[in-house]
Amino acid sequence: MINQYQTPFTLGSVNEALTCCVPEPQLEVRALSVSYGERRVLEAVSLDIYRGCITALIGPSGCGKTSFLSSINRLTDMLPSARVEGSVRFDGREIFDATVDTLQLRRRIGMIFQKPNPFPLSIRRNLELPLREHGVRNRRERSERAEQGLRDVGLWDEVKDRLDSSAMALSGGQQQRLCIARALVLEPEILLMDEPCSALDPMSSAVVEELITRLRGRYTIVIVTHNLAQAKRVANYAGFFWMTERVGKLIEFGQSQRLFEAPAHALTRAYISGVSG
Amino acid sequence: MILSRASSLYRWNIDRTLAPLLLLAGLLCTAILLLIVLFLSKEAWPVLANGGWRAFIADNGWYPREGLFGLLPMLAASLVVMLGAITLAAPVGLGCAIFLQFYSPPVLRRGFRLLLSLLAGMPSVVLGLWGLTVLVPLVARWQPPGTSLLTAILVLAMMIVPTMALAGAAALSLVPAEMISGAAALGMGPRSRILYVAVPAARRGMLSGVLLSMARALGETMVLLMVAGNVVQYPHGLLEPVRALTANIALEMAYATDLHRAGLFASGLLLTLLVLVLAGFAARSLRYG
Amino acid sequence: MAERLFTWTIWLSAALVAAALVWVIGDLVRLGMAHLSLDFLLSVPRDAGRSGGIGPILVSTVLIIGVTLAVALPLGLMAAVWLAEFTTRGNALGNAIRLSLDVMAGVPSIVFGLFGNAFFSIYLGMGFSILSGGLTLACMVLPVFIRTSEMGLAAVSDAWRHGASALGMTRSAAIWHILLPAASPAIGAGIMLGIGRATAETAALIFTSGYVDRMPESLLDSGRSLAVHIYDLSMNVTGGDAAAHAAALVLIALIVVFNLLAQWLTDRWLHRRLIA
Repeated sequence: MINQYQTPFTLGSVNEALTCCVPEPQLEVRALSVSYGERRVLEAVSLDIYRGCITALIGPSGCGKTSFLSSINRLTDMLPSARVEGSVRFDGREIFDATVDTLQLRRRIGMIFQKPNPFPLSIRRNLELPLREHGVRNRRERSERAEQGLRDVGLWDEVKDRLDSSAMALSGGQQQRLCIARALVLEPEILLMDEPCSALDPMSSAVVEELITRLRGRYTIVIVTHNLAQAKRVANYAGFFWMTERVGKLIEFGQSQRLFEAPAHALTRAYISGVSG
Repeated sequence: MILSRASSLYRWNIDRTLAPLLLLAGLLCTAILLLIVLFLSKEAWPVLANGGWRAFIADNGWYPREGLFGLLPMLAASLVVMLGAITLAAPVGLGCAIFLQFYSPPVLRRGFRLLLSLLAGMPSVVLGLWGLTVLVPLVARWQPPGTSLLTAILVLAMMIVPTMALAGAAALSLVPAEMISGAAALGMGPRSRILYVAVPAARRGMLSGVLLSMARALGETMVLLMVAGNVVQYPHGLLEPVRALTANIALEMAYATDLHRAGLFASGLLLTLLVLVLAGFAARSLRYG
Repeated sequence: MAERLFTWTIWLSAALVAAALVWVIGDLVRLGMAHLSLDFLLSVPRDAGRSGGIGPILVSTVLIIGVTLAVALPLGLMAAVWLAEFTTRGNALGNAIRLSLDVMAGVPSIVFGLFGNAFFSIYLGMGFSILSGGLTLACMVLPVFIRTSEMGLAAVSDAWRHGASALGMTRSAAIWHILLPAASPAIGAGIMLGIGRATAETAALIFTSGYVDRMPESLLDSGRSLAVHIYDLSMNVTGGDAAAHAAALVLIALIVVFNLLAQWLTDRWLHRRLIA
């Protein structure tokens, strides 16, 4: 709480974040492929996501990175023509099993979308509705969790006087932070972020990026991003996607330091130097 | 951990039961249509079963008490009224649509649209009342009794003009502005742009509007009941009274029994069939033009 | 020159329609205004309606519309939710239901009267009653209401559906807490339009809710709606013209109010879509 006046975030400073070094992967992805109807968009992706780390997924648009994220929390179940093959094990358990409770799964694996999507309800309701749906019946408790969530993302001071006003009236950056808070109040283990800053103006983008760095250690983060500089700074692991023969594939995956400084694959090298050069 | 295993099972059941419940509601609505067909057929069966429907065409005149069910004069009356109303309303409706879309100053546009909505929302019984108290005496000065084919056509036209105007305006608004300004760039004046570019481009929506209005005119009861005269005869003069199929049902249902009643139901089925054919054409024209 | 003629013709047709409306409204006011009064609205019809008022008739009208809404609203909303949320474009069952609704929307009102009479009044034994009339009108109003509500729901942004799903919310919760409220202005407009149509309807009620002009005691009593009253006064009661015109003015006023409400709700819906 000491930092409360210097910065609005209550997640603690970047330096205090725990480093990740648990050797067993939290998510094991093996040969994951996604198709929409006849069209295959992602082919045979295999990688590991480690607890508490930030894993950045980079590569040009259209390589199936969003489809990859959507498979992890089984949002693909909702898309009409989507077909997913392969295996994803979360803490050792296969998520595509028919007996898996997807509602529980999606509480443990939260998602932040590229375009902020707060519900057309009040700010308070945006945060309390998911809590209510997940069984938090006590109104006081919901209210307290909502407030903590807003403090964690640094929104509390900005909105504490208008919690009952519409969330749609917030700015883009505020909306995205609200969406992050909304995911955080459910106490997830993994956060999937699909280019969370790309629809925001530079100032809001910087605020959200700072927030993301503070999340490291407390949450596992998989983030699709076009900001290579940020990925280089902040990510522990990185994966490079590229489109070959009209299908997205994972070209290279590993510790981000090594991937950015000494990429093993020619394509990776070309992309990194071409984009950030 | 926020939730317990038990509550997640509870929620799982809600979604499981929701979809079938909603589907049931949807099927119930379809069931209503089936019920309609079923009960109409059931009531009309006595007439339809014994080849009675042939009587509709062959019999000389509509004298149900004596077992004569020739409804051709009434069918003809319904059709003639409908065609007459469309002939009047289509050009005027088109003119109003063009006015609304191209000629109306912005100040007037909203008001005119409101005016059209008001006329469109006017209950048919009120228009019938007006026709009865104002138009009929007017026509009667020309030739009594005043309740006639012409009066019916006029009032019915008034009834369907607004919907055609609004549908036409909506169709015209969908024509891409570039198409029209392209025509202007070629030196075409407003008249040519509208008549030779915009209207043809919007013909699908307009045709659909016309067909739907025809269906509505064919199915209209109150206006025809009140101003058409209700005499069963072939329409042989504009100022002669006629009886439409719809008005016939409304008039005789109160005291019709047995075969007579079945005959009325059968005429209702015939009417529905005609209206659905028109509505079907309207839907097809919207898709294929 | 042809240009001038064309412009004149266009303005003429618009003027013609405007004049027609003014003529009709003007005559209605001229012939009915004198007969209008608060007493007219509240008291019982006397002398077959030539004098007195339309009190019981207004009550019957409200009751009939109440029955219509009580049935059409839940049933229609549920069907609309199913069509919008649980079917995709090519779904055969969904298309079959939509087709049957479109067919129902085309059936003439007098035929609905025949059906109501045969099914509700006779087969189900309700006789000439408010219940019978209300149920018949519900059948008439359902197709358009369902289509309007379905369109309203379909227009709600998918981002919220995905967002709710990603938060582990059930579809029921998402529909109830987020989607239906977001579509509510469109649904509300559909309700208002349905009420407007039900209020104006005459032919379907003549043989289902009947002609009785006394104050109804229960839903199984016969009762005449305002539109039926106007018909009766104008066709069956000589000298009932003034009362008929006054009643017509009341009817139009009611419908204008409903349509304005529908317009206001639709504007609110569009406004919400824009800021979302």
